[in-house]
Amino acid sequence: MARRLTLCDKLLAIGGDLALSSMVEFDSVGLRYGTGAEVLRDLDFRLGRGGFYFLTGPSGAGKTSLLKLLYLAQRPTRGRLRLFGEELSDAPRDSLPGFRRRIGVVFQDFRLIRHLSAFDNVALPLRIAGRSETEVEGSVREMLAWVGLADRASARPATLSGGEQQRVAIARAVISQPELLVADEPTGNVDAEMAQRLLHLFAALNRLGTTIVVATHDLGLIASTPGTEIIRLEHGSLVDPTGALKNPPARPRPELT
Amino acid sequence: MMFEWLFAPPHDRRLLPGNYRGPTPFVIAIMTFSMMVVAAAGLALSNAAGLVAKGIDSRYSVQVPGGSRDLPAVLEAVRTAPGVLSAEAVPEAEMRKTLEQWLGPAGGSEDLPVPALVTLDVADSANLAAIASRVEKAAPGTRFVAHDETLAPLLKSVRALQWLALALVALLAAATSAAVVLAARGALDTHRATIEVMHGIGATDVQVTRLFQRKIALDALAGGLFGGAAAAIVLAVLAAGGSALAGDLTGAAPLGGSDLLILAMLPLLMILLATGVARAAVLAALRQSI
Repeated sequence: MARRLTLCDKLLAIGGDLALSSMVEFDSVGLRYGTGAEVLRDLDFRLGRGGFYFLTGPSGAGKTSLLKLLYLAQRPTRGRLRLFGEELSDAPRDSLPGFRRRIGVVFQDFRLIRHLSAFDNVALPLRIAGRSETEVEGSVREMLAWVGLADRASARPATLSGGEQQRVAIARAVISQPELLVADEPTGNVDAEMAQRLLHLFAALNRLGTTIVVATHDLGLIASTPGTEIIRLEHGSLVDPTGALKNPPARPRPELT
Repeated sequence: MMFEWLFAPPHDRRLLPGNYRGPTPFVIAIMTFSMMVVAAAGLALSNAAGLVAKGIDSRYSVQVPGGSRDLPAVLEAVRTAPGVLSAEAVPEAEMRKTLEQWLGPAGGSEDLPVPALVTLDVADSANLAAIASRVEKAAPGTRFVAHDETLAPLLKSVRALQWLALALVALLAAATSAAVVLAARGALDTHRATIEVMHGIGATDVQVTRLFQRKIALDALAGGLFGGAAAAIVLAVLAAGGSALAGDLTGAAPLGGSDLLILAMLPLLMILLATGVARAAVLAALRQSI
């Protein structure tokens, strides 16, 4: 897969310190919807830039809510949240789109726009970012080919299988080469072979500097991906008995391959 | 470019499919039609009031109770008064003819006494009190009446109708704005999933708003042009004297060039109003999200 190395070039130019810095910082973060009980409580952790994390926990533990905080669909109701080194808990609303463009999201329910073709769905982040149609055309064709959907570019989501829709959603999330990729059960609807291909894609992105956070119940998936770290949630709280997530050890700088 | 959003590329147009499927163009067409007809009536009334006021501004009547017996003396007194530009006696036959229109044949009967009447035009510098005094001396009991006093209640009513027409135009504009706000909210609800995805991947409120603004602007364009064309046809028919109403609207007080320009601008104003209101409504609604 062709990859513009802009991000990596920047990372390398800045030097190793950046590779050791935090991409995500949660300080005593809590989240509640409306006047209900807190669904997330006292979350204290840091995710290193360039890390690969699996988010696990039983259903209802708060994984999706945590992901919403990560892709800025929710703001914490208490505590401090920093992304990309910026305090975003109470950042001006107008500043959020710029940060969201640096985040790729694979939604559990795909959230493809049903009246757009697979091509247009994948192209959406690039068009929103104002890329030229020439660049969009090349990048999207390449990405669709990579996820095995080159011949379904003009298909509407309703005519795609669940697995195909998921691949379109993943292609849309990674097309703009995000600094942070957040995925909610991204391999839930694909076969084992495609799941491995998608993980390879994530790993390739990760090697290029993208921080990856994948929520999953699939322990086999975690086991098959060495070098990753696990964030475990139970009842809205972080399970971190060693404190490794709150005070992570220094990480080596990611290597370009 | 100021109207760049109106010429969105095909991929942006595909994001919000379904132009002209909602009621918005029809609502705007009806509102534009109503607004133009009401505005035309208001302008015609304004012109009529202006013409009447101008015609009676310096005109007075002298009513001579003694009838034709005292008329020569009164006419002489008026004509020789300083500041009187012209004075004419209204023939008795003409007055009886007028009375017949109200009273029937009895109005023309010799048994019905009618006063003699003199109409006169005076200069702005005329001393009205002196003229009235001269007339009174010539024929005691004579009434000296300013036409604008007689017609003041009528002119007041006409001017009230003018303001009523203006108020109706404003109300129609407000109703159109409300309809556009409802349409914009409806469109936002219909496309909520699309908006959430666009916001989620970094679209700004302005980027999202442009899509809706363009869609509603096109609806307003279709409605405004259709309603404007329909109103123009109706007004043209009325102006051509096709009905009794034509006389009221455009016959007795024809619309001038500036009036026609104002009427022609109304559909354009409706389109701009709808587009502006849609933009404000969509932006306000989007700002409710995080």
